[in-house]
Amino acid sequence: MRSSLLSLVILFQFCFVQTLPAQEKQIAPENDQCIKCHTHQTITFENTLTKREDKRLMNPLYILDKNHFAQGVHGRFKCTDCHPAEYSHYPHKAELKLEPLSTCLDCHGGDARYASFQFEKIDEEFQKSVHFQKSGESFTCSKCHDQHYYQAKSRNSTEVGDIVLFSNQMCMSCHSNNNKFQLISDSLKPALAQIHEWLPNQELHFKNIRCIECHTQVVDSLSVSHNIMPKEKALKNCVECHSKNSMLEASLYKYKNLQGRSQKGKLHTIIANKAYVIGAYQNNLLNSVSIILFLVVLTGILIHLIARIVKK
Amino acid sequence: MTHVHKIYLYPLWLRIWHAINALGILILITTGITMQYSNPAFKLMNFELAVNLHNISGIAVSVSYFLFIIGNRLTHNHTYYRLKLKGLYTKLTLQIVYYTYGIFKNQSPPFPISEKRKFNPMQKVAYLIVMYLFVPGLILTGLGLLFPELILENIYQLSGIFLTAILHASLGFLTSIFLIIHLYVASIGKYPLNNFRSIVNGYHDTNIH
Repeated sequence: MRSSLLSLVILFQFCFVQTLPAQEKQIAPENDQCIKCHTHQTITFENTLTKREDKRLMNPLYILDKNHFAQGVHGRFKCTDCHPAEYSHYPHKAELKLEPLSTCLDCHGGDARYASFQFEKIDEEFQKSVHFQKSGESFTCSKCHDQHYYQAKSRNSTEVGDIVLFSNQMCMSCHSNNNKFQLISDSLKPALAQIHEWLPNQELHFKNIRCIECHTQVVDSLSVSHNIMPKEKALKNCVECHSKNSMLEASLYKYKNLQGRSQKGKLHTIIANKAYVIGAYQNNLLNSVSIILFLVVLTGILIHLIARIVKK
Repeated sequence: MTHVHKIYLYPLWLRIWHAINALGILILITTGITMQYSNPAFKLMNFELAVNLHNISGIAVSVSYFLFIIGNRLTHNHTYYRLKLKGLYTKLTLQIVYYTYGIFKNQSPPFPISEKRKFNPMQKVAYLIVMYLFVPGLILTGLGLLFPELILENIYQLSGIFLTAILHASLGFLTSIFLIIHLYVASIGKYPLNNFRSIVNGYHDTNIH
């Protein structure tokens, strides 16, 4: 029950954030023909057998949210950049569905323009992950990264909450949805709330850190770690995050901090630090003031004590 | 000729409250430091244990605080905390002069303990600040951190949790400073252990010449 409620909250937040108008972003005009049908709930077509016009419900899986698509990293793409060019003819041939789609590495692999994102390294890490180990090639990038709507949040967003929401929604899209979960497993989705019962302030953790913080091995050179570990290896040691050298600095806050420092200076990052993690947040100024105050009190007491003993 | 006169200054309920409060606050300070300065290389205590102990002691100290307030209202104990602003500056000066000079000259304290006066003006001010400002502040911010959904998400540019946690840690630090001074001041007197004995058996010894 708690798990479903949590998923609903995350889903609601996700929808709310994601359905904001695309503002200036427009999708490629070449897609107009596709969008005419694929953004509507119904489809009207000429039935060649009955020779009548039929109006039917569109398969929900084939309905595109065009505003959401326009905001994604592929928002300026033509549909036929990834889908077979034959889709430009209607009615679409049934066997087109069986054709394998382009994979991420087909475009991103071995291309100097994307070198900094290290797609090959990501693939290497992903192949060590429990997802690949259990499902092999059938676990494609798109299982988590929906090509239509994917946004590079962890790199571009300055809002930690936004990064967390977007990232956790990727995990929750299967781990809180039995239909999708069973695409890769014979069992039912895990009871997330019960499994994480040991975690104090569970909802606060779910809302403020990404699942991957504990469920992946952090690789410094990668923006986002892709080696999702088996659940037995998940991090359960509080001080990995709750300490001065918090692991979160190398993962969740990495880009936020780097951006903040370069754009607004270090001071701003400290003042506008919207995150508070017990143990990880240690303000140098407050630390120094407290140590000085502590030493002044101790010194005062010591002098007073010595004077009392001497004057006795 | 000097003889010792005993005043029953600390009734049983107050001593029980004081003991619970003292134990709770010591645990809160230890676990609070463990969490605030947690370091995997130097572990004072397991982090998870510190969190649980801090939560339990925090609730225990909060409940005992309300019992203290009720006890104060039901008995005449609250009268010891009454502070008259008129002449306060002079009284505080007298007490400061005693602590920094007179005490070393074997002068008598300007505000000796009696049945009607448990605290000198400096103690009154300190206890009023700690018991009616710091502790309630710690309880409120502590409750906020225990139930973060109660806290405003953002206050202007800053996270509500961030502000609450900073306030909680700062008040906790100031309370621990108070504790150190409190323990030291308790050792002042003819015999350093007298006041510690008093808070256990309830009787305060005064010397009558």
